[in-house]
Amino acid sequence: MTRRSTPSSEMVANRTTPPLEPSLSIARERAGTGETQMTVHNLYIFDRNGNCLYYNEWNRKKQAGISKDEEYKLMYGMLFSIRSFVSKMSPLDMKEGFLSFQTSRYRLHYYETPSGLKFVMNTDLSVSNARETLQHIYSNLYVELIVKNPVCSSAPSLDSEVFSSRLDAFIRALPYYSPRAA
Amino acid sequence: MVIFSVYVVNKAGGLIYQYDNYVPRAEVEKTFSYPLDLVLKHHDEKVVVSFGQRDGIRVGHAVLSINGVDVVGKNTSEGKDILEYLKDPSNYPVSIRFGRARLSSNEKLMLASMFHSLFAIGSQLSPEAGSSGIEMLETDVFKLHCFQTLTVSNNHTSNPCPLIFRCELFDQNLKSALEVAEKAGNFGAGS
Repeated sequence: MTRRSTPSSEMVANRTTPPLEPSLSIARERAGTGETQMTVHNLYIFDRNGNCLYYNEWNRKKQAGISKDEEYKLMYGMLFSIRSFVSKMSPLDMKEGFLSFQTSRYRLHYYETPSGLKFVMNTDLSVSNARETLQHIYSNLYVELIVKNPVCSSAPSLDSEVFSSRLDAFIRALPYYSPRAA
Repeated sequence: MVIFSVYVVNKAGGLIYQYDNYVPRAEVEKTFSYPLDLVLKHHDEKVVVSFGQRDGIRVGHAVLSINGVDVVGKNTSEGKDILEYLKDPSNYPVSIRFGRARLSSNEKLMLASMFHSLFAIGSQLSPEAGSSGIEMLETDVFKLHCFQTLTVSNNHTSNPCPLIFRCELFDQNLKSALEVAEKAGNFGAGS
């Protein structure tokens, strides 16, 4: 199974690929040898009212034990509370605010646009900064394929096949993505 | 590296110890003439900036003092409502000091129990089995590190006295431990 699919020519034209940091390229080599499993687990997109517009998973080993609707609400609620907690707790004025958190097994990356759209991605611990990835998903996929589509932007949830397939291809092409062995 | 503060939370989510090592207070005092070009509002028993940013005054900053005298919650030191006071042109020109509000003890208690819940939800929403709660949380200006001990005893909850403990020896040893950690320059693996 190929670990990295070739991006389509349109994606290459649109996408501003961030330069591969030395730590990432080393980690990618190690991932190839099976030493570390770099991966993306799942991705949520919320609108500013808390509705989950999009969800997909690639390598999720454990479900939350509650229905998907409850999970979306819990995830949004947790993020809302984290942002409120961080704004009170912070010793200095913040610009971006909350960026990410990690547990013993995964890291959650957070990106919020000025319009209140929230992108949440869970990865393994070796991915230290996915902010550029999430920004790319917003500017090059969401804005191009959803916002600029008069049919999609009026619907309450993201129902676009081209968005799903481009997003899936983009995630699988990430330098830190490697599908688990079955 | 600077360590700002330390919080110790018990198994039930209650704050049992708190120490502020270094609390940066960026405060701005300016003289204003009528009308005030910032929009202020009540928030949590304080008066905060709701709209308008200039000269180091940011949205979310609280009114700390008026004409050099510290305010008391939503009122001036003389007991007048601050928003009413600032609507009256005869009180101008006025000197107001703005800054990030200090956390009251009550707010610290609430934040500690809030984090306790967030810690647990971080574990529940994990896409991988066997995850701990939140061990490190990162913002653009600070990092929060959380270490959970293995202790299962719960003797604090059976004690009818206030939960927060004060012990001079603990404070002294904590201060020296923090000094050592700050000089060492890093804080745990992958920091």
